Amino acid sequence: MSDLRDRIRDTIETEPVVAFIKGTHEQAYCGNSERAMQALRAVGAGFTTVDVLVDPQIRQELTALSSWPTIPQVFVKGELVGGADIVQELAASGGLEATLQEKLGEEWRRPGEERTVSVTDGPGLRVVPGT
Amino acid sequence: MSGRLEGLLQAAFPEAREVAVVDRTGGGDHFHVTVVDGRFAGLSLVDQHRLVYDALADPLADGTIHELRITTSGEG
Repeated sequence: MSDLRDRIRDTIETEPVVAFIKGTHEQAYCGNSERAMQALRAVGAGFTTVDVLVDPQIRQELTALSSWPTIPQVFVKGELVGGADIVQELAASGGLEATLQEKLGEEWRRPGEERTVSVTDGPGLRVVPGT
Repeated sequence: MSGRLEGLLQAAFPEAREVAVVDRTGGGDHFHVTVVDGRFAGLSLVDQHRLVYDALADPLADGTIHELRITTSGEG
């Protein structure tokens, strides 16, 4: 068991909607990651992303937790909802809104509220000594 | 390469009404697979896709499949 896996698990369990993608909410580096975000945006959901490209270990630990072999992976309230194909299909059928509503109540309706968080000890978390 | 994936899917879903593999780019590593099988009925999409991933575990693990799109249905 690694600290990284614990941080990934914490992120999955505490973020209402989290997408593990290649890139960030501002810039995806993979068409499938972009498709998953577009599906979330299409229904007006706010979401958090984690960039798996920051460290190859993230993807390895994530897949160990979820038993899902591909990226992206979208979780709602701790549960895997799917990859790009499923999230896109659910967004088109109305199933995505139903799932979000069922798990989160009205809390999910936060269009445009998007952010990227780190699960590693990356630069974003490092304390830079004052000058 | 499409033939290998189709063979694996047909072995995993012998009763499937449809098994199709499309090489999306012609490069032999970006695929769109479609499986229509009554055994998907009642399963969540996540569980349906997991069965497809299980069937394609080897080409996923050895890097043959760089990108995979999946369409599943329990109706046909």
